[in-house]
Amino acid sequence: MSPLLEVRSVTRRFGGLVAVDSVAFDVAEKEILSVIGPNGAGKSTLFKLIASFLKTSSGEVIFKGEKISDRSPHEVARRGVVRTFQETTIFRGMTVRDNVIVAHHLRSKASLAGYFFASGDARADEAAFARSADEICDFIGLGEIKDEMASNLPQGHLRALGIAIGLATDPAVLLLDEPFAGMNHDETMRTVELVRGVRDERGVTVLLVEHDMPAVMSISDRIVVLNFGQKIAEGTPAEIRADDKVIEAYLGAEDESIGL
Amino acid sequence: MGTGLRIAGVLLFLAIVFLGVPWAIQASGRWDFYYTLTSVALLAIASAGVWLTFYIGRINIGQGAYALTGGYVSAILVMQAGWNFWLTLPVAGIFCALVSVLIGLPILRLRGVYFAMVTLVLTEVARLTALALPITNGAKGITSIPLPGEVSILGLTLIPAIDTFGDVKLAFYLVAAALMVIVFAGMYRLVNSRIGHLCRSLQQNEELASSIGVNITYLRIVAYAISSFLGGIAGAMFVAISQSIYPSSFTVVDSVNFMLNCFLGGLAYVFGPILGTLVLYFGWDLLFETGRFQLLIYSSVLILIIVLLPNGLLSVFERKRATAR
Ligand SMILES: Nc1ncnc2c1ncn2[C@@H]1O[C@H](COP(=O)(O)OP(=O)(O)O)[C@@H](O)[C@H]1O
Ligand SMILES: [Mg+2]
Repeated sequence: MSPLLEVRSVTRRFGGLVAVDSVAFDVAEKEILSVIGPNGAGKSTLFKLIASFLKTSSGEVIFKGEKISDRSPHEVARRGVVRTFQETTIFRGMTVRDNVIVAHHLRSKASLAGYFFASGDARADEAAFARSADEICDFIGLGEIKDEMASNLPQGHLRALGIAIGLATDPAVLLLDEPFAGMNHDETMRTVELVRGVRDERGVTVLLVEHDMPAVMSISDRIVVLNFGQKIAEGTPAEIRADDKVIEAYLGAEDESIGL
Repeated sequence: MGTGLRIAGVLLFLAIVFLGVPWAIQASGRWDFYYTLTSVALLAIASAGVWLTFYIGRINIGQGAYALTGGYVSAILVMQAGWNFWLTLPVAGIFCALVSVLIGLPILRLRGVYFAMVTLVLTEVARLTALALPITNGAKGITSIPLPGEVSILGLTLIPAIDTFGDVKLAFYLVAAALMVIVFAGMYRLVNSRIGHLCRSLQQNEELASSIGVNITYLRIVAYAISSFLGGIAGAMFVAISQSIYPSSFTVVDSVNFMLNCFLGGLAYVFGPILGTLVLYFGWDLLFETGRFQLLIYSSVLILIIVLLPNGLLSVFERKRATAR
């Protein structure tokens, strides 16, 4: 089976710094693949390159056989590759439900003029988006608080809302940057289950960047390890755990904090 | 607010605008108020445009440029091409919308104070252009523009000529008020449709908006074009009333005022610009008696209002409702 997403020796320089250095790997459909590595290794930059929020210095990203790198982000999102943010990025001045409703944009059938004049398509869209948003809120566990202002949510719920926003776009590939950051153990476990559900029940391919090693080891089908912008290892969690280069890259950091 | 209450509010507003005001002016004999209120209606339309650019997260201090451009387009078409004013009105708006697309493409990438500064310069550019071009007749401007003529199709009069009305001032007031009502009804619909929802997503987080697939460049241009369209028709209408236009008809001060009208009414309220314009315009006039202290008092009161009600005058009701809960 040909891969869903191919990262082909992608490089990104910031001035003299090579943040991502000829990184290449493939992602299969319905896979959960994690990208790990020390701080500053280039993980977030890599995600921005895949979702085309940054232009590559060289190399390309291929999705379903088509080059998606160096396009505008909304065009890449339209093709099904959607990124959520490392920072808890949501629409703060909207309710939880409105956050999810507006994120259905890619499923719009009506034009802007259609929405203004409440055309048949527009009314159908609005009803469908509202229904789907309720369903997603329930699925993510935000059903109870969907009328809350997003700015009032605690950290854990913000991450969940971020994932809900991602899901509303009906993505083929969802890029999650540190979805468990700032969560306690229980919240992390709950979100791990959620991410599994996103893949198992909705058939979404998931790429994630994460620091929480136990979570990464339990959730990932495969792991890519970056260090100083370069890929130093790739494999199943078991292979990564036994990889000398990975252990070396993490030397200096405390073992238990990495959980290797 | 319940639907019934809302409909009652709209009816009350319409009754005041179209019946109450003419009656009160008739009774008091303050005919000069027609001109004042006509100006308020037209300035509120231009401010509505500025409000819409605020709504996508851009501080627009350049609406005067489009009001001036719209005014000149109408004046030139009436004087040199012999067009009927009513035809020039939408054309002036569309011309401004097109110009704003060309200008918006490069500048709408800018945010915050950078965008604000560039728009501030636009009004001055428009003034200097009007001074320099032969077609705008330089500093002498265009004067003695005839009043709007009648519009008829196959001998059927749709809009009678303005001067067939006994009272031209009243006629202009009613036209301006009707235009304002139409514009704000459109704005209300826009804000409460999915377009408004998308605009809010842009205002709150452009990066996230584009990651959910919103073409932010396109939406920004659309909003800015609508904004400039409103500036253009307001400017054209002004010219029809004053029957003249000069490079100084709309200046940087006007652009700043359009923005202040929005601030004062409240950026979260679609009808804010109406209230803001009314209060600012009348406030300035009322302070006329204070002579050389006029500007000082006016600015101090403005600052006080903005400090006490940072979300605008209409947020008073919001607060009441919040405490009532
Ligand atoms: N926009 C930018 N401009 C300059 N340097 C950047 C930029 N973004 C990231 N970097 C640098 O690139 C490197 C990789 O950053 P990042 O991808 O955020 O790392 P990670 O997410 O793995 O912690 C860092 O050294 C960072 O300082
Ligand atoms: Mg990062």
